[in-house]
Amino acid sequence: MTITYKKLIFFSFVMMVLQNIHAQTEQDGIMMAKQNWCTGFVYNYNSWSNYWEGTFKRNNDNLGTVSTQSVAFMGAYGITGKLNVLYSLPYVHTHASSGTLHDMQGLQDAGIWIKWQAWQKKVAQQKYTVFLTGGYSFPTTNYQADFLPLAIGLRSKTASVRLILDYQKKNFFITATAAYAYRDNIYIDRFAYYTTEMHYTNEVAMPDVMYAGLHFGYRKKEDYAEAFIVNTTTLSGFDIRKNDMPFPSNKMNSTIVGLNGKYAIPHFHRISLTGNIGYTIFGRNVGQATNLSIGVFKVFDFASAKQKKINHHLTTN
Amino acid sequence: MKKIIFIFIAGIIAIVFACNKNAPDITANLAPLHPQNIDLNAGSWKTILLSRPDTFAVTAPNAASSADYKAELNEIKGYQKNLTSSQMATIQYWAAGGVLRWNEIMRGLVTKYNLPAYQNPDGSYPIPNANNPFAYPLFPFANPPYAARAYAYISAAQYDALVACWYYKKLYNRAAPYINDSTIQAKIATSTLPSYPSEAAVMAGVTAEMMKLLFPTEIANIEQKAKEQELAMMMAGAATRSDIAAGEALGRQVAEVFITRAKADNAGKAVGTPTDWKNFETVALSKGQIPWYSLESPKRPPMLPLFGNVIPFLFPAATVPSFRPSPPPDTYSQTVQQAAAEVYEKIKSPTRENIQHVQFWADGVGTFTPPGHWDAIAAQDFITKNYSEVRWARNYALLNMALMDAAIVCWDVKYYYFNPRPTQMNPAIKTLTGIPNFPSYISGHSTFSGAAATILAHIVPEQANKYWAMANQASMSRLEGGIHYKVDCDTGLVVGSKVGNYAVLRAKQDGAE
Repeated sequence: MTITYKKLIFFSFVMMVLQNIHAQTEQDGIMMAKQNWCTGFVYNYNSWSNYWEGTFKRNNDNLGTVSTQSVAFMGAYGITGKLNVLYSLPYVHTHASSGTLHDMQGLQDAGIWIKWQAWQKKVAQQKYTVFLTGGYSFPTTNYQADFLPLAIGLRSKTASVRLILDYQKKNFFITATAAYAYRDNIYIDRFAYYTTEMHYTNEVAMPDVMYAGLHFGYRKKEDYAEAFIVNTTTLSGFDIRKNDMPFPSNKMNSTIVGLNGKYAIPHFHRISLTGNIGYTIFGRNVGQATNLSIGVFKVFDFASAKQKKINHHLTTN
Repeated sequence: MKKIIFIFIAGIIAIVFACNKNAPDITANLAPLHPQNIDLNAGSWKTILLSRPDTFAVTAPNAASSADYKAELNEIKGYQKNLTSSQMATIQYWAAGGVLRWNEIMRGLVTKYNLPAYQNPDGSYPIPNANNPFAYPLFPFANPPYAARAYAYISAAQYDALVACWYYKKLYNRAAPYINDSTIQAKIATSTLPSYPSEAAVMAGVTAEMMKLLFPTEIANIEQKAKEQELAMMMAGAATRSDIAAGEALGRQVAEVFITRAKADNAGKAVGTPTDWKNFETVALSKGQIPWYSLESPKRPPMLPLFGNVIPFLFPAATVPSFRPSPPPDTYSQTVQQAAAEVYEKIKSPTRENIQHVQFWADGVGTFTPPGHWDAIAAQDFITKNYSEVRWARNYALLNMALMDAAIVCWDVKYYYFNPRPTQMNPAIKTLTGIPNFPSYISGHSTFSGAAATILAHIVPEQANKYWAMANQASMSRLEGGIHYKVDCDTGLVVGSKVGNYAVLRAKQDGAE
């Protein structure tokens, strides 16, 4: 069973919409061991041809298929087995297959998170765990956010908190997570814009966002395979009007389903592969995206011989 | 360790709830307009359509000693007894200047209505219908020519109405309520300007009446704004009920003159017919040129192709063709290939600065268009000049008539030559903003900007260099954005400044200088 399942994991790949490309490790119920540093790159491909203007679903021959490719440098470090630091920084390239709009590319937002295993209880072969994460992300370049759908990001400085509840029985687990992201105002290149009313300023108030997700699957040591459903709800924000351009403070909602997996290649320099596939089943003011990603990570173990033993003991129990 | 984590997470939660998300308008908290010169003699300034400032009679007001007037003062005192903070905010909003506020409202309407229609299932496009304005697509589609004309009519009508208002102010010389009764507080900047008829009510009346034609689906909102402005001036102690009533009636009468003109200025026919659209292509082909084609999918009919026939404000319609520059490079020539190559070089790997220029000046779908942008630029300087309301109106009328006439001239040239966009000639040219759906030569942004910089440099001479720097940047942003050849931009600036000169000529002769 293990072998075929591992193969399955190997071919099942990651997802995530642009703004939470980092989420894969920040959202899950796994911690890095003390003094272990896992880092690597994730390549992500996201594309859509249909999108929602408010609740009106349409395509647009002046855009064709809008695709976003990114390569993110990301990773996690175990300060202790119960306290990890995570980070990510993607380089993003957008492209529309039809129409005249120009590609955009550049370094997007850097994110850093602290993940804390706040509570854990083990009963026989069951394990209940509560994690809390806090994060901050900020644009690393002055890219243009007001060029949607081809802008590489929304430029908002974001502070987020997340609660993760994880239940594991033998190798099967279920994870429920909810997050709230505060998004700071952004500045655009023009001094007037229309939302549901006129604004005479270059400052844009960005609505906050809530995320809720449910993940379940199989987990063994460093490997896992899971199915997930993630809902993103923008609190306030406004709908794109018929045939209008999108805007950074739109109400961008989505519900995405997909599969995530991670596979540590046995006895091979502690290198692991990650994969994700996702599909937007419902959205509002976003594209109906298909997302694929694949990542390569390596673990560097800085722990002392004694600590290694402790780490090993912790991960196998 | 746990403490540190708690502090970190508490810190994030604190950021989340402590931060202020307001993004206030830059003109939200302006000081009350305090004119340096009340322009008491503005009643003698040259009007635009009115033959005389007293074309419409305004009856003499009741004497300040009359019981009727005392009752009107008591009404103001009644308001002032219990002013709420929201009423105070309304007073403060309108006290910054009625011409400014109506221009801002107008720019907001243009922005809201500047949306091209979504296609029909068969790939054709529905056309907004003035006789059925609430049906999709809403009337109007406030694209750049439509907007230029709307700004011009509103500004010109406000100007004529205020000249008439000033004429009667001087004639009847009734002092403001806060002067006639010392117990009435002035909630705006005080002045010796007579208050009958109320200039605020003149603006409210003339603007509301004009909007019926220009933005028919917004009449209810506009009438509410008009009432709000009038009430604000009464609550502010600046006008009595009879000042307001006389002003509003005068404003509405003056508007009728402009509405009559507008209904016959050919703008209603500017959309053209499928036969007209085809004819432009045929003519270009007969000249041995590659005609313009819509780069939208499905192909959209060209934007207001007969707008060049609209009757200008500053010169006769017969003068319009005399602005036509020499033809653009032959579409089969080496020169046009080089021009397209120049555009391609600009957009190949755009710098952030270029992107910023393009975005700042994009003024495309869902914006107040280039004429609105120039109104916004003008407002920033006009605010610092403390003009009287009638001078504000005069300056906006000059600017917006220049911009409307620039639109007419530019559209005439565009459809006379029917010249393809760079992207049509070389599809590898991708654009940094939406590509406009009309021919390339000459650049609309450049024509508008040349006209605006010319008249603004005359009105605010100390800022002339700034206006020209902005006009050049606006013009070049179209090259940097892949929208235009350089020759479109350069020629547009020249043609625009020629149009602007007509506004300067008028400015020198209208009696305001």
